[in-house]
Amino acid sequence: MPMFRPVPSASPPPILEMRGITKIFPGVRALSDVNLSLRAGRVTALIGENGAGKSTLVKTMTGIYRPDGGDILIDGAPVTFAAPAAAEAAGITAIHQETVLFDELSVAENIFAGHAPTTRFGLLDRKAMIERVGALLRTLDAPFGPRARLKDLSIGQRHLVAVARALSVDARVIVMDEPTAALSQKEADELFAIVERLKAQGRAILFISHKFEEVFHIADDYAVFRDGRSVGAGSLADTDQAEIVHLMVGRPVEQTFPKIAVTPGDVVLEVEDYSHPTEFDGVSFHLRRGEILGLYGLVGAGRSELCQSLFGITRPSRGRVRIKGRDTIIRSPGDAIKAGLVYVPEERGRHGAVLAMPIADNITLASLAEVSRNGILRPASEFALARRYAQRLDLRAASLSQPVGTLSGGNQQKVVISKWLATRPDIIILDEPSKGIDIGSKAAVHGFISELATQGLAVIMISSELPEILGMSDRVLVMRDGRPVRLYDRDGLSAETLVRAATGNMDANAELAA
Amino acid sequence: MTMLTPNAPFAADHGRDAPPPPVRVIPDRADAPFATLLKSWEALLLALILAIFTANSLASPYFLDVWNLSDATFNFTEKAIVALALAFVILAGEIDISVAGIIALSSTIMGATAAAGLPTPVVAAAGLVAGLACGAVNGLLVTTLELPSIVATIGTMSLFRGLAYGLLGDGAYTRYPDGFSYFGQGYVWEWLSFEFAAFLALALLAGFLLHHTAFGRTVRAIGHNPTAAAFSGLRVRRVKFWLFLATGLAAGLASVMLTSRLGSTRPSIATGWELEIVTMVVLGGVSITGGVGTIPGVVLAALVMGLLTFGLGLLNVSGIIMSIIVGAMLIAVIALPILTRKLSLRLRRSAP
Amino acid sequence: MTAPHTLLKSREALLLIAGTVLLGLIALRAPDFVTPGNLATVFTDSAILIILAIGQTAVILTRSIDLSVAANLALTGMAGAMLNAAHPELPVPLLVLASAGMGLGLGAVNGLLVWRIGLPSIVVTLGTLTIFRGAAFVLSGGEWVNTFQMSPAYLALPRETLLGLPVLAWLAVAVIGLAALVFTRTAAGRALYAVGGNPVAAVYAGIDAGRAVFRAFCLSGLLAGLCGYLWVSRFAVAYVDVAAGFELDVIAACVIGGVSISGGVGSVAGAVLGALFLGVIKNALPVVGVSPFWQMSISGAIIIAAVILNTRAERAKGRIILRRLDVGQEAGA
Repeated sequence: MPMFRPVPSASPPPILEMRGITKIFPGVRALSDVNLSLRAGRVTALIGENGAGKSTLVKTMTGIYRPDGGDILIDGAPVTFAAPAAAEAAGITAIHQETVLFDELSVAENIFAGHAPTTRFGLLDRKAMIERVGALLRTLDAPFGPRARLKDLSIGQRHLVAVARALSVDARVIVMDEPTAALSQKEADELFAIVERLKAQGRAILFISHKFEEVFHIADDYAVFRDGRSVGAGSLADTDQAEIVHLMVGRPVEQTFPKIAVTPGDVVLEVEDYSHPTEFDGVSFHLRRGEILGLYGLVGAGRSELCQSLFGITRPSRGRVRIKGRDTIIRSPGDAIKAGLVYVPEERGRHGAVLAMPIADNITLASLAEVSRNGILRPASEFALARRYAQRLDLRAASLSQPVGTLSGGNQQKVVISKWLATRPDIIILDEPSKGIDIGSKAAVHGFISELATQGLAVIMISSELPEILGMSDRVLVMRDGRPVRLYDRDGLSAETLVRAATGNMDANAELAA
Repeated sequence: MTMLTPNAPFAADHGRDAPPPPVRVIPDRADAPFATLLKSWEALLLALILAIFTANSLASPYFLDVWNLSDATFNFTEKAIVALALAFVILAGEIDISVAGIIALSSTIMGATAAAGLPTPVVAAAGLVAGLACGAVNGLLVTTLELPSIVATIGTMSLFRGLAYGLLGDGAYTRYPDGFSYFGQGYVWEWLSFEFAAFLALALLAGFLLHHTAFGRTVRAIGHNPTAAAFSGLRVRRVKFWLFLATGLAAGLASVMLTSRLGSTRPSIATGWELEIVTMVVLGGVSITGGVGTIPGVVLAALVMGLLTFGLGLLNVSGIIMSIIVGAMLIAVIALPILTRKLSLRLRRSAP
Repeated sequence: MTAPHTLLKSREALLLIAGTVLLGLIALRAPDFVTPGNLATVFTDSAILIILAIGQTAVILTRSIDLSVAANLALTGMAGAMLNAAHPELPVPLLVLASAGMGLGLGAVNGLLVWRIGLPSIVVTLGTLTIFRGAAFVLSGGEWVNTFQMSPAYLALPRETLLGLPVLAWLAVAVIGLAALVFTRTAAGRALYAVGGNPVAAVYAGIDAGRAVFRAFCLSGLLAGLCGYLWVSRFAVAYVDVAAGFELDVIAACVIGGVSISGGVGSVAGAVLGALFLGVIKNALPVVGVSPFWQMSISGAIIIAAVILNTRAERAKGRIILRRLDVGQEAGA
């Protein structure tokens, strides 16, 4: 049941109001009669599962989409945006997750892209650009100058450029879409300080985040979306996390993860002193059947690189890998698959599936030898294999010949996982398995991973979410800057321990002995 | 080893005691196969062929003669053989603009071999090996050095044809051994020329390879999404290398036929052919970005171009006018599906 | 200001160094080649290639390609020559403008097909390449326009010398200067880099990507039209096969000059240096005693070498996690 708490009357009128916004795409109702109010000097958190309509709303707000129904009001007056540039001119900007900046241009050119000052002759006024950008960067304490080339900057620094751009257009409304996704804790804190400053300047901030700790820390008000509708809004002071989760999923969800105790079987993977010239060094661990090994660390710790090297995408510089007791040299993903080790990439849509090809073709893609004889494909075998896994994973599709790109995100994931299960692996590496999945389905994903373990697979799970790592893993390997820090056992493991290990704030004698 | 219980554990949490949901049955295919066929690109090309056939038959009494039609095939089979191989390269997301240069170099080497007095089999073999070697060079540049194929093959195109010019200058090889003329001028049976027979055989092979083998599936996946293909264990670089090798060999074969048909070699042989061959492939419905396309489509496109040039030739239309028509047809045929889609969207939107 | 060592690392600087080395090597065999007079001749000889390469650079920056430039040149050149032969009283500057205007129109056709209909540029220009050249045939009826049919003023313009350089060379210099200004100092020029570097971001920034691509094709066409007049006037003859295959030389010049085929990277200076490189080789070969028949293969080898170097440079530096410890940039420090 939607719940709308009145906002205290002492607060100022909204700068931006979205009233009754509807947006329809062929076959999908992305937004239905959605409302959102953004007030000056306040941070509003926008919360919702994936597919709830958050990014569609942001795109409507910034002029990338035109609403099919409803009004957008600025200071109470209705407006329409013919193009993104119009929204920016009206003072609305967004800082997106992926870089929407130009690597080859300078910081100054990036900030002024699309609205650069010109001289009398129509040429770009370089001097003015450098001066103004320099001043902006100084107010943000940026460690780089206006002439720096964007491709030389880190992700946190690129966010600063995006913020500077918002300031350069004197944006009154700034949307931040998962801004801390790729930032270290220190960079995130710096970002929060900037948000406070923007608040003090009377701007309205829309803060989209999955992380409740952040939301309650930085935001004043909240708005919850579910299935393209507004289901709740109000001031964060009047609510708590449980209520917000309830609004998000529409029913109370058990936050405990369905971890099933499994007696580990034989050792199936042994990794010794595994190293890469530039990405990681000296990693050693072993893995048993039925075990789930969590791999935790900050962004850039080298976890994905380690696993991709195990999978044969890159070559290690030294180290030994033993699979089922035999020394194995893996030089390509093909070798890994033959040895029984598979890797499910983080970007399942982009790197896991061939979206233009049918479901059946995707599921059989890593098992072509099995569904063909002497190199000739046998359609009956293909469909049989695809059907088997589609049924087991409860895939929702009109037919197995349907292109994977037309499926929902969750179903695309199922196709990718099916592809790997079809190779009958012994070891499966999952890179951020629940990334981009909403809370309702997260439990299902975790239940599924537990099932894999009970069936005798050995699982390596890369994750950046502490509750997931703590809830699912039998043991946790923490990495930092490419080096293994420590291998923890499940018993008595706490979030603080892991975070301290990952950030390097540990006792000297607690580090992993060489 | 069985992996999962039939309880569909990936489904949403229904609660511990609920009965397992019914197993969902998904059909293999949605559309009836005939319906998809009718809506396809190949149907469009077939319609075009029928139109050209009809128009030409009405326009000229010489058209519907089996010997004349057989003669007509000569002007496109060599290109079509290369197009069959190039289609695979483009399907894999790459391109090879050096094919005409390969033909020139291969022809030059054959000429030199013939001038040295060597017999027909050796001469033909030399041409094929030359093509293979050029294909290998392209393959190495694109797979080992990871160069973008469009600029790499612009380079090799100049290199290969340049070597032909360097070796032959403004001269020509005109002496070929007896029997060599069979490849380009011989007949297998009645009106069926060796060239056309070879083309048909290769078309069948290519079609089978693309549409019914794991290799063909691999090529498509690589063209659509090379990263996902690599992550799925497909040998992207090796496959691409083979495709460039095959294209080189096909160009070598085309060169044997062309040189045999002309009976002479100049470094300027087959000038401009690369663009015609690429046109043949794209006209055949192969997407220039990779992944999409069929061999029947390429074969039909070759027929379209061949019949058109033959028919217009009978009407004494000059070659260059024909190329205007081919150019316009290329743009029209590619634009048609896009325009119809935009039109239907607009109609749908304006409907109440 | 950019630090000196980063300047040296730029592609253009490396090309300049390579070019100087090349000239040095040539000078060993033929010292007369590197005299200012001769170098000026080489520059003049390469002027058309330079101008076309600049236009092509604009197109390649936006992740497109224009294979129709040579055919465009042939068509506009033929049209201009025929006009001059039929009406020698028309002032030549008017003819030059008309040629450029016609080229602009032809480029706009390419641009519209790519922008409005959304066809891949390689396919579009593959088609217009034959259509334009065919149109030249239709226009001329296959006939040539010979030297004696062209008015003296028509022929004289590119050859007139100012301060020791022919007008042809000065036109190239003017185009270089204007283009450099547009590419670096105008919003439309920077938009080319933005659109090619990150098309999605360009849309978000309010830059009209389609229009930028359209403008690039218009520029390419305009310069091709200008070169149509220059070529025909300089060689004093117009026929259908003028500049056959030249589009590949133009693209080669861009590639050698460091213009990346994946878009967003490249400069006017690079295009100029690439074109000059090819021009030097073409002119030096006979002087050095190498048969000109080897020119094509040498160009091909250089193109391949240039692509290898460019690809190495462009390859994104992988995240080097381990080295971060040395630089002292710790997340928690």
